[in-house]
Amino acid sequence: MNLINPQAIYTLWLREMLRFLRMKSRVIGALGMPFFFLAFLSVGFRNTSFSTTSIDYTSFLTPGIIGMTLLFSSTFTGISVLWDKEFGFLKEIMVTPVSRISILLGRIAGGATTAIMEALIILFAAVVIGFNLRGIYGDSSVKGMVSGVILAFILMVLIATTFISLGVSFASLMEDMEGYSLVMNFVIFPLFFLSGALFPIDNLPSSVRFLAFLDPLTYGVDGLRGCLIGESELSIFIDLLALIVSSLIMLAFGSYLFKHTEVD
Amino acid sequence: MEAPAIVTHDLVRRFDDLTAVDHVSLKIQKGELFGLLGPNGAGKTTIVKILTTLIKPTAGSATVWGYDILKDQDMIRAHIGVVFQDPSVDNKLTGRENLDFHARMYGLDRATRERRVEEVLKLVELSDKADILLGKYSGGMQRRLEIARGLMHHPNVLFLDEPTLGLDAQTRRHIWSYIKEMNESEHVTIILTTHYMEEADFLCDRVAIIDHGRIIVCDHPGVLKSMVRSEELPDPSLEDVFLHFTGREIRDEEGNEGQHARKIMRHWRMKRR
Ligand SMILES: Nc1ncnc2c1ncn2[C@@H]1O[C@H](COP(=O)(O)OP(=O)(O)OP(=O)(O)O)[C@@H](O)[C@H]1O
Ligand SMILES: [Mg+2]
Repeated sequence: MNLINPQAIYTLWLREMLRFLRMKSRVIGALGMPFFFLAFLSVGFRNTSFSTTSIDYTSFLTPGIIGMTLLFSSTFTGISVLWDKEFGFLKEIMVTPVSRISILLGRIAGGATTAIMEALIILFAAVVIGFNLRGIYGDSSVKGMVSGVILAFILMVLIATTFISLGVSFASLMEDMEGYSLVMNFVIFPLFFLSGALFPIDNLPSSVRFLAFLDPLTYGVDGLRGCLIGESELSIFIDLLALIVSSLIMLAFGSYLFKHTEVD
Repeated sequence: MEAPAIVTHDLVRRFDDLTAVDHVSLKIQKGELFGLLGPNGAGKTTIVKILTTLIKPTAGSATVWGYDILKDQDMIRAHIGVVFQDPSVDNKLTGRENLDFHARMYGLDRATRERRVEEVLKLVELSDKADILLGKYSGGMQRRLEIARGLMHHPNVLFLDEPTLGLDAQTRRHIWSYIKEMNESEHVTIILTTHYMEEADFLCDRVAIIDHGRIIVCDHPGVLKSMVRSEELPDPSLEDVFLHFTGREIRDEEGNEGQHARKIMRHWRMKRR
């Protein structure tokens, strides 16, 4: 059996798209939280300024909320393997001769597509609210905008891959959805707050700041800032590199756990 | 002689301190229609899950179509088809989409896919319901679709876990004749679990009676019946065989339901009086 099976990956992606189209309320529901975070925080903290950066809060916040959308949507898709388990469909998938890594890649393809669509909707909403998209050079030039958006897209794919794999890893270790809120509240929210999505990580006490550098989303948010407003703490290429490493590690981890999970 | 389709050797599976499968050793030949007959909780589904690579045995070994269940799982998966006891469909997809998903996962090309989808839909008489979401199917319709799906990719070995559970008598006969035909004309090896005596009797070349995870006896239904034939019991059924070897009656769902209904009726009449 070939390890990477494009037809199977496409099939799994297709299924995810059909489900996506048929569950519009879930999509709208998923957009609610990031949208209200964006809308209320950018109004409420509009006069906030940070010592480390001169940009206005809406510009600072928007890439962070895009990262948040990707984080939540991706982990949810990953963990929703458990729904397939609950409804029995996972059995149907797992007895096919498709390799486990291809099944995981199929889920990533479907999940990343939905997560990125949601992220782009949030970006669009942000622009409507008053977010000033300035591109990778921060000068609103066409060249900077185009290359910024392309690079942002690549970052989004890597962020989605990392966190869908994380979700699948959790799903492989859990029996049912019971542990879901545990994962949400004790893993996903801390990852979100540590990432610098809402405030610069320099404001974190030094005792936890090092944790921020272990959080893949930190590099995701920083890279997105670089791409969309032209200001980032680290070089975009360091962010890119960190995300490539994190997605490879999480992919290996996720497929290992997924391979050894029992379905019944 | 040809290699057997399935060999198991002292297969054991424990769940905590419950032994669901207890030293099961079987040899099923290619082309056989083999039945696992036993009451609820006997361990039939657990055996099927082990042989279809979904769970691992606690101890023992087995091969399916010559491949080891622990080492060559992908090879086994390429040769088998499974109809699970519990639902395993996507409710948000239509009947046709569920079948199409299956065919694509097994790598069938477009022409074959389209032809097979139509063929199996016709077989289970669901052609007119093909474009309805599975969530809107009745239990029996869903069951029929799952049976259709298991046949689509022409597996060498087909596992049917209580295939006719919950189907009406007419559909059941229909499915029976198809199972028999597939076995005879396409030489598909079939492993079928059931707790319907007449199903095992009618369909199977050989039947293993299983209770508390152990194989009690295993032979041709006719041979099993002749084992318990006596003057008082000139024409025994598999029911009598089960009773003879376990000292208990197999719990028959239909019987229970009937009894239950009678009880309710009696209760009702009492109240009205
Ligand atoms: N995941 C599990 N965890 C714990 N116990 C289990 C699990 N799966 C099965 N069992 C137990 O193993 C035993 C055998 O179950 P199994 O489903 O194999 O029986 P069965 O013969 O298929 O019964 P039925 O006719 O009801 O389908 C039962 O006692 C059941 O409670
Ligand atoms: Mg069962």
